[in-house]
Amino acid sequence: MGSASLKEQFMMSFVVNDRWKLYLKGLGKSLLLTVGALALGIVIGVIISIVRAAHDQKRSGEDKMPVGLSIGNTICQIYTTVIRGTPMMVQLMIMGFVIFASSRNMQGVAILALGINSGAYVSEIIRSGIMSIDPGQMEAGRSLGMGYGTVMKEIIMPQAFKNILPALGNELITLFKDTSLVSVIGMTELTKVARDIQARTYLPMMPYLGIAGMYLVVVIIMTWLLGKLERRMRRSDRR
Amino acid sequence: MTEDNELLRVEHLSKSFGSNLVLEDITEHISAGEKVCIIGPSGSGKSTFLRCMNLLERPTKGDVYFDGQKITDQTVDVNKVREQMGMVFQHFNLFPNKTVRQNITLAPVRTGHMTQDEADAEADKLLARVNLQEKAEDYPSSLSGGQKQRIAIVRAMAMHPKMMLFDEPTSALDPEMVGEVLSVMKELAAEGMTMAVVTHEMGFAREVADRVLFVDGGRIMEQGTPDEVFNHPENQRLREFLSKVL
Repeated sequence: MGSASLKEQFMMSFVVNDRWKLYLKGLGKSLLLTVGALALGIVIGVIISIVRAAHDQKRSGEDKMPVGLSIGNTICQIYTTVIRGTPMMVQLMIMGFVIFASSRNMQGVAILALGINSGAYVSEIIRSGIMSIDPGQMEAGRSLGMGYGTVMKEIIMPQAFKNILPALGNELITLFKDTSLVSVIGMTELTKVARDIQARTYLPMMPYLGIAGMYLVVVIIMTWLLGKLERRMRRSDRR
Repeated sequence: MTEDNELLRVEHLSKSFGSNLVLEDITEHISAGEKVCIIGPSGSGKSTFLRCMNLLERPTKGDVYFDGQKITDQTVDVNKVREQMGMVFQHFNLFPNKTVRQNITLAPVRTGHMTQDEADAEADKLLARVNLQEKAEDYPSSLSGGQKQRIAIVRAMAMHPKMMLFDEPTSALDPEMVGEVLSVMKELAAEGMTMAVVTHEMGFAREVADRVLFVDGGRIMEQGTPDEVFNHPENQRLREFLSKVL
């Protein structure tokens, strides 16, 4: 088996039975998982970061600390601690085999698990972005009579987003590569495709080098697109 | 005990940060149209005093009344009160992600006081007053310090406040830009705006103020007309302070 020529190996791994189509389908699934999980991660991240930043920014000078905010902050801290403190793969297995053991919708479970994981990291990224903005911005907005939410949305978040774009890009790339882990709960994405084909052909080299190349190409494209977005956003503030 | 034209009153105001007592039992009032300058050494609590007036700092003890309303009351909508009290900061605090025009129109529009069109017209009028019409579509990063502060002043004025608070408005400026900002403030004073100004510009205080408050160690140690405070100071600390700054 190891003696098959490179050409034979290539044919077996990619061409026979139109196997290349399986890779493309797998890649499509990986990208779908990434987009779904990223959307969920950003929603979770924004909510958590606002709760935590609001809590941290409540200085002695401002109004009294609402009880709800204290509780919310504690919940968010526990969430972040647990998610960041346990391996992604273990979280996936808990979600797939314990919490949603009876679910047939593995794609939904995978997106949920990845999104919940990503949310913890995204929330810390966004929080760092919010904290990086001069408190004078919030004070100026509030002194004009605008509410906390309005100032957050119009003034703080747009500036914070610009600052954290590189870190968010990293998170996107990490998330995309982490989709390879969902094969452990039986979802077919790019890595699972390579494993399945290798199991048929007993030829590991081509499938794994092949998907490594595919992951790499996608990450390079993502990096390039992020770079473009970043430059465009920087341009808008010095005209 | 309320005077007819009294606009702002603080009663037994104390403020501490942790165990650090910054303001101690201040009782004071400002009448409508009055210009009050607050002077004192750095760390004396004068900025905190100013920031307590619009509740950017919430007093630890005591109450603040504005326009007859007890604004330290928990049920009062602080945003509504702040709409009536413009504030100008030492470091300008313009919004760098907005154009000059957007900086001015954002608050009037978002608080529901004006439509975007009305706010735009108002912004044009205000920018013309400070000779910065041609900067309307620029971002703050392209402006000089003096220009930024003049924009910050008209941004606050776009809300048509009853009173303006100035927190060391010229302290972060290059010396040659101090004049342009002070002249805008003098114009504003001449129009009858009620002003509370924390400043190190003794010349401005002497010329514009109706009353000067000397704050030191969290208390108002002496107050009076500019003539009384600058020419006939009684308090020992005030004399020392003046000998250093004049």
